[in-house]
Amino acid sequence: MTGINERDSILPRTGGFFFPVLAIALLVAVCGSLTLGKYPVSLRDMSAFFLQKIFDAGQMSPEAYQLLGNVIIDIRLPRILAAALIGASLSVSGAAFQAMFVNPLVSPGLLGVLAGASFGAAFGMVFLKSWIAVQTSSFAFGCAAVLISVGIAKMYRGNTVLLLVLGGVITGALFTSLLSIIKYVADPYNQLPAITLWLMGGLSHADAHTLGLVAAPQMGSILLIALLAGYLNVLSMGDEEARALGVPVERVRALLIFLATLASALTVVTAGTIGWVGLIIPHIARMLVGPDNKRAVPAAALIGAVYLIIVDDVSRLLFSVEIPIGITTSLVGIPFFAFVLRKSRRGWS
Amino acid sequence: MTAPLIDLQHVWFHYGKRPVLKDISLQITQGEIVTLLGPNGCGKSTLIKVMLGILRPLKGTVRYKGSDLTGLGSKYMARQIAYVPQTHRSAFPYTVIDVALMGRIPHKTFFFKYSKEDLRIAYDALGRLSILHLAERPYTQISGGERQLAIIARALAQGARTMIMDEPASGLDYGNQLRLLEQIARLARDGYTFIKSTHSPEHALWVADRAVMIKEGQIVADGPCGEVINTENLHNLYDARVNIVKLAGSLLACVPETIGGLRGQADKTSRR
Repeated sequence: MTGINERDSILPRTGGFFFPVLAIALLVAVCGSLTLGKYPVSLRDMSAFFLQKIFDAGQMSPEAYQLLGNVIIDIRLPRILAAALIGASLSVSGAAFQAMFVNPLVSPGLLGVLAGASFGAAFGMVFLKSWIAVQTSSFAFGCAAVLISVGIAKMYRGNTVLLLVLGGVITGALFTSLLSIIKYVADPYNQLPAITLWLMGGLSHADAHTLGLVAAPQMGSILLIALLAGYLNVLSMGDEEARALGVPVERVRALLIFLATLASALTVVTAGTIGWVGLIIPHIARMLVGPDNKRAVPAAALIGAVYLIIVDDVSRLLFSVEIPIGITTSLVGIPFFAFVLRKSRRGWS
Repeated sequence: MTAPLIDLQHVWFHYGKRPVLKDISLQITQGEIVTLLGPNGCGKSTLIKVMLGILRPLKGTVRYKGSDLTGLGSKYMARQIAYVPQTHRSAFPYTVIDVALMGRIPHKTFFFKYSKEDLRIAYDALGRLSILHLAERPYTQISGGERQLAIIARALAQGARTMIMDEPASGLDYGNQLRLLEQIARLARDGYTFIKSTHSPEHALWVADRAVMIKEGQIVADGPCGEVINTENLHNLYDARVNIVKLAGSLLACVPETIGGLRGQADKTSRR
């Protein structure tokens, strides 16, 4: 039977070679970005620094070592890792939402997490002042917004997916209005510019301390969503089919929404609202490795990480002043999305 | 006497205040091909979902091999009974083999990864339906008939010996409808049990042992297709006058009594 040979040749499914390539790309992006910045650090300086740091073997002067350590380890590395985590979180959440809501035009903000987190941050800046309080308030309101969306969907009987989308629309509108109130009452000389700048997104606050708080839950969420990605395929076939395949639909969906909300709310905590990443990157991932979420989700994580590192480099280097990264992702994202749409539309038109 | 495969006793179901199933009692025996017939909105799809355990009856019991469905896990049931919905398109162009692989989920643990064995079973399922050549094709870009076969392949990969199909032939062109019936007849010879709903009484006459007629949530006729599918019952069910005609071979056909003023030339002796 020809089927046997055919089967063996198909076993290492197409697109597998992308993963090593993407992993190397991520490593290159991290190392390359460490050299980029106002203070010049060459690759030679960097390798000398790491030789000394790890093997205690090198001839750097203590002053130069100290300075490089400050630039590379204290300033650049946390920011680069934060960018990678944010890119991966948004992309994975976007991929999960697109599959769960059976709609390729959905982004992680669908259930109101970004609107809620934005309001929470603005609220914190006006009424709470301390930076950790702002971050906490942002995270709390992001999660609260999703809870309200889910609550609205639960109030009615009917198509759960559709009701969740409607709940998200309502909650998004609610928190956008509340944000407007905060902006209106904010002090126009100090608070309003801070809120506005923060809403544009930026990684200038991404220090080692913040990274330490968000990294573990973000990594955990990304990993768990990737492990559950097989369910995304089934959920996108519709609730009843998934149920008939023995999938506990409500529980799996609740878990996935929880993980995606956690991951994306934490991106707002670190860097404000960054649009477009969660919408575009899943499309690119599916273009490269195919629509099977077991491969598309991990691919989206890696591509999103690389993408946001590069966009952040552009944001901080292109002009003498840093441009908010939210603006850069939109400007890069819009034409790219138009292009991707053309390429990938075939599958879901 | 062994317990019937599926046993519904006095099942009631409501959507809101409106009763959809009214006191339905129905036994399905292993190896049968049962066709559910009835007009739109009569409760066929609801009955199917109740038998699958997707919907819980408000009153009455559903038993599978003698055990109440509420006590059986959904994974266990998915290994016993497969659901083949009406043909539909997914938003994402999963390959046909990816779709067939989904049938392996009821055999996996919560955090699962498909094994080589799963892949072999999925490919075998495609092979049994002669659609191995479609394995790497996107599910969204094949014909409706091929998509329906892909879903049946998923049902085979599930390992379930009973298949419940909700209007499997609707939306398929004529040739694909006949090929689908052919596949159902073949699988039935291998011992699979089929419960399928259809809008076409001929499909029941051709590939089914037994017809169950449902009107306004109640069973109005239940018996061998050749006996139950007759002019009176079809008129009662669809408010249309149809004669059953015996063809030269052993097949039966439905012919409308009048269409546009033309009268069907039904042979009175073979009319049932």
